Amino acid sequence: MRNWIFILLVLSACRKSGTGSSSSEATHVTDDTHQTSFYLLNEGNMGLNQTSLDEFIGLKGDYRLNIYGETNPTIVKEMGDVGNDMKIYGNKLYAVINGSDRVEVMDKYTAKHLGEISVRSCRYISFYNGKAYITSFAAASGTTDGAGFVAEADTTTFQVTRTVTVGRQPEEMAIVGNKMYVANSGGYTVANYDRRLSVIDMSAFAVIKTISVAVNLHHVKADGYGNLYVTSRGDYTNIPSKLFIVSTATDAVTDSLDLGVSNLAIQGDSAYIISVQWSNTTGTNTVSYGIVNVKTKSVVSNKFIQNQTITTPYGIAVDPVTRDILVTDVKDYLLPGTLYCFDKTGAKKWSVTTGNIPSVITFIQ
Amino acid sequence: MKQASLIISFFLLCLTLQAQQKDTAHTLQTITIFSARPGAITPVQTLSGKALQKMNSLSVADAARFFSGVQIKDYGGVGGLKTLNVHSMGTNQLGVFYDGIQLSNAQNGTVDLGRFSLDNIEQIDLYNAQKGTIFQPAKGFASAASIYLQSKKPVFQGAETFHGKASFKTGSFGLINPAIRIEQQLRHNISAVVSSEWTHADGQYKFRYRYNDYDTTAVRKNGDIDAWRIETGIYGTGKDSSNWHIQGYYYNSARGLPGPVVKGHFENGQRQWDRNAFIQGGYNKNFGKYSLQLNGKYMLDYVRYLDTSIVTTTGPLINRFRQHEYYVSAAGQYHLKSWWDIALSTDLQVNQMTAVNLDHFPVPTRVTTLVAGATQLHFNRINIQGSLLASIINESTKRYTSGGNRRAYTPAVIASWQPFSNPALSIRTFYKEIFRMPTFNDLYYTTTGNPTLKPEYSRQYDIGVSYTKTSAGWWQYFAIQADMYYSRVTDKIVAVPGKLFRWQMQNIGLVNIYGVDAGIQTSPRLFKEIGTNFSLKYTYQKATDNNDQQIVYVPLHSGSFTTNLSWKAWDLNYSFVYVGARYYGSVNIPEYYITAWYTHDLSLSWHISNIRLTGEINNVFNQYYDVIYNYPMPGRYYRMTASINF
Repeated sequence: MRNWIFILLVLSACRKSGTGSSSSEATHVTDDTHQTSFYLLNEGNMGLNQTSLDEFIGLKGDYRLNIYGETNPTIVKEMGDVGNDMKIYGNKLYAVINGSDRVEVMDKYTAKHLGEISVRSCRYISFYNGKAYITSFAAASGTTDGAGFVAEADTTTFQVTRTVTVGRQPEEMAIVGNKMYVANSGGYTVANYDRRLSVIDMSAFAVIKTISVAVNLHHVKADGYGNLYVTSRGDYTNIPSKLFIVSTATDAVTDSLDLGVSNLAIQGDSAYIISVQWSNTTGTNTVSYGIVNVKTKSVVSNKFIQNQTITTPYGIAVDPVTRDILVTDVKDYLLPGTLYCFDKTGAKKWSVTTGNIPSVITFIQ
Repeated sequence: MKQASLIISFFLLCLTLQAQQKDTAHTLQTITIFSARPGAITPVQTLSGKALQKMNSLSVADAARFFSGVQIKDYGGVGGLKTLNVHSMGTNQLGVFYDGIQLSNAQNGTVDLGRFSLDNIEQIDLYNAQKGTIFQPAKGFASAASIYLQSKKPVFQGAETFHGKASFKTGSFGLINPAIRIEQQLRHNISAVVSSEWTHADGQYKFRYRYNDYDTTAVRKNGDIDAWRIETGIYGTGKDSSNWHIQGYYYNSARGLPGPVVKGHFENGQRQWDRNAFIQGGYNKNFGKYSLQLNGKYMLDYVRYLDTSIVTTTGPLINRFRQHEYYVSAAGQYHLKSWWDIALSTDLQVNQMTAVNLDHFPVPTRVTTLVAGATQLHFNRINIQGSLLASIINESTKRYTSGGNRRAYTPAVIASWQPFSNPALSIRTFYKEIFRMPTFNDLYYTTTGNPTLKPEYSRQYDIGVSYTKTSAGWWQYFAIQADMYYSRVTDKIVAVPGKLFRWQMQNIGLVNIYGVDAGIQTSPRLFKEIGTNFSLKYTYQKATDNNDQQIVYVPLHSGSFTTNLSWKAWDLNYSFVYVGARYYGSVNIPEYYITAWYTHDLSLSWHISNIRLTGEINNVFNQYYDVIYNYPMPGRYYRMTASINF
């Protein structure tokens, strides 16, 4: 009996508890060495702390999966929970981690951790005159009606310097000239979505007007002609998702195009559009694609990829050099995703397995 | 170091106790940890009150860890949600019965077993398929597996008309848990019991995460709980062999929901308030060859949920949910021949739910009619039961789309065979089809609900063997059971992200489960004065989905080992729980891999006439682990209990 208890004691002492390490792996995906290098941010499912960073190295045609943990082994809980946006500004890479209430700031070339900007429930990021601007779903201080805010942060000290209150649950923003246009969704109050763009004068850092567009706004992208492409998610029941064009000269909605948009990328005169539209009525998703000519403001095509079915297209980017089109497939959101690369004619060049919910592609230029 | 010496002294104490055994002569009554039922027709695992008293358990969920064939989903801490998944079919497929009447929750379909303290529980039985009797409410046939919690009933000896028990538990997490129980004989054939307890804990405990080059320790926050339970029962017997009881139950709690530990959010701000009250009763009577059982229940459930991080147009998100449940059941059994019984039971249940501040909530009412016809043939060595359950669900909503009406007929066939004249060995088998309705949350919850959902079906095939031997010699008790099973769940309801920050419930799942449950219990009298019990449980489950991937949180191997040594007034209990490596994602890749965890728990108790003192050290080796990914479980923790019977 005695021995037996001591054996148990010894047995139990030798478990390694919960240790391990992230390891990245490189896959050679293409022999074309002309493609632009990029980072890909994998959102990861909420509550799982699964956000991860992949890298494509253009000169080698190699794809490296999950590089953050290996590059930054001392950072507790790696990148965090639900990565929502990512951009490069100066020599720094900024990843907006929504569920972790912070913007992770890394070195542009090595992805080494440099610091973080603390913003509750942060969503999207933009830059202007050396400052970073971040939208937030969190209630702006002094408000009780659910209004969110845009935070201004210093790009060297990573401290928030000022905030400005905008509409409810602000999403993406675009800066044209001296004005920032913020899309407000109002997603926390389904019965009463927000429908406005907040227009911020950047010198005063104050909202100077709002533009009513449509319910549940999401993306705002500027083209080269002073127009904004603003997307509405609709209400998933009666109001479909739609694309609106806002003139920054008149600050008014000038056109709308009848096509659903869940994500878009503008390159030159073409806006590449992907749409996964949910319907509460049928309980199904409808997937569609489109190209809009931003010069003529018209739909020129409803297809830009050939011979490839993508279950749930999610992220999109167009290589500024080769004009290759990169589209991510998040599948059922639970499995690892796939990144597809198509050439400008829509023929598939290569594909690679990514992390969970591949969403934002940022070219390293 | 201090803790290490404490552990060592604990062991030394136990060894000293063993050394002393030669000096005494004491007869012992053996209490087995898992009492077996020779000839049980369906696989059953039983934990009796006496055994429960000795184990390191606060709630029913803690005790259920020791069963085979189950996984506990434990979100950690005293207040964390604890549910049971039997044979990987999903927590919604388990029926939880309290004194024979189902505890149901039409909103989420699960019962938090962490809320049921063992203080008032006499016995816990876990049945695969169903309880092996045909004379029961139709609800008894309506789950893929059932756990029966039996509350303590008043028992009086001799001329005694009043007695009670008071206990006090305290320990880690700031736990304060006083409880009292009073039994009173009202008349010679009527007795009453009142039981109440208060559970308070700050829920704080250390946890640790190690990965890459970091090693971080933090304190779990917002896991506090303050809960109060009171229940009362009146039990009566008639002159005509009839018996009846009526019970009232009230539970009120306020708790923090600690949430997952993710970067930047080691604590969360969600809180929940629950109020649950029910009144239920039953009546049993035999009329010669005919037996009648009537049951009824009314339940009111109220939940308030606060999330301060989501600010809507009307301020922080507060949801209020209210449910009413009305239930009546009549069951009759007729003894046709000495070897043939037939039974018919009819249940009617109405569930209503309202929600405040929940967008697009349709306010559903569900009327469930269950009719079960069953028959039993029992010969010398063969026992066969067959049942057919008709389920008729009529659903209506005040607004929007209703989930629609459903109708299903599901059979079950159960048989046991005793191959030899010695009843020690028995072979059993069952086939059961059953379905579970989508819950109100599955169908209607604003951000996830999907009214087009179909019910989730399960089919189970099981064959098992049991051998039970008791003897007057030194080897007092030996029992072994093993079951092999195949279960198939189709149209499994799973949450799939349908749109941006909106999950959608869909019937896309398929799960094939191949499993083995095995258990050995033995009580050898190795030393004259020391009563010993050993129990070893093992579970193998290969549970794969459409893509042939092992489903989330189901380990291939799991098991438990429990031993109890009794000497004079002392009881020493040791238990070990092992849960093998699992995946937290729906694809079996290294990124989603979670290593195995196992814990060692020790308890020592001492009693003299009516006083009992127990000390527990749980997770003795301070091993950090997650049952649910990012919901850390406590390291080493302590608990002390003092109780007095009066």
